[in-house]
Amino acid sequence: MTHKLIVDCSTGVTTEVELTAEEVAQREADAVAFAEIKAAEEAAAQAKADAKASAEAKLAALGLTADEIAALS
Amino acid sequence: MANTYTAIATVTVGSGGASTVEFTSIPATYTDLLLVFSLRSDRSASSISSSLIVNGSTSSYSSRYIRGDGSSVASYTGASSYFNPGEVPAATATSSTFGNGMVYIPNYAGSTNKSFSFDNVQENNTTGAYQTMGAGLWSNTSAITSIEIGHRDYASGNFVQYSTATLYGIKNS
Repeated sequence: MTHKLIVDCSTGVTTEVELTAEEVAQREADAVAFAEIKAAEEAAAQAKADAKASAEAKLAALGLTADEIAALS
Repeated sequence: MANTYTAIATVTVGSGGASTVEFTSIPATYTDLLLVFSLRSDRSASSISSSLIVNGSTSSYSSRYIRGDGSSVASYTGASSYFNPGEVPAATATSSTFGNGMVYIPNYAGSTNKSFSFDNVQENNTTGAYQTMGAGLWSNTSAITSIEIGHRDYASGNFVQYSTATLYGIKNS
């Protein structure tokens, strides 16, 4: 079973408590939200990389050398 | 450390592990709080994101943080349901390594919204290891009376034995 440690700062006593059904549900909901945030971050990073590659290809088509393109970034 | 720091409570995770560590009944007698932690997770990954909530609240958080991984750095917006005070090693990271960090909470017992700052490093004997630094706000004017550190980004997983967390109270004089 999953449990948590609770430290009562007024007494210094630490107790081990099993997670309630509500806490387990909240944890699962948090995990779903996190996965969505991660996916959005990865999509944004990929879009940025794709835009950079596209821009570099267009600059190369205009005749810029690889060193000249690198100097722009 | 200045003599205005007082260790309010400290906890070391036992052999059974723990999904979260929660400090409750935090006295309002200090000016600021400092949470210092050393954590490792048993999840099957090289690292996991730690999480922090106060007063059991899972709303009204906002934060920005920067994170480097040993080769690049980027900035991120944190979740609204909790703070992410940094990455800590997990099951596939170098054995017996822990992620170390701290969260500073000024004026925690006051009647204004609560600001946070945090920094963290993920110890790992490889080319990739995260370092995180950030700041945030809990848009709530209640005094902070409890703090929970865990890994809410995942539906399962525990902090392993010998993970530690200590809560300090700081007085301004």
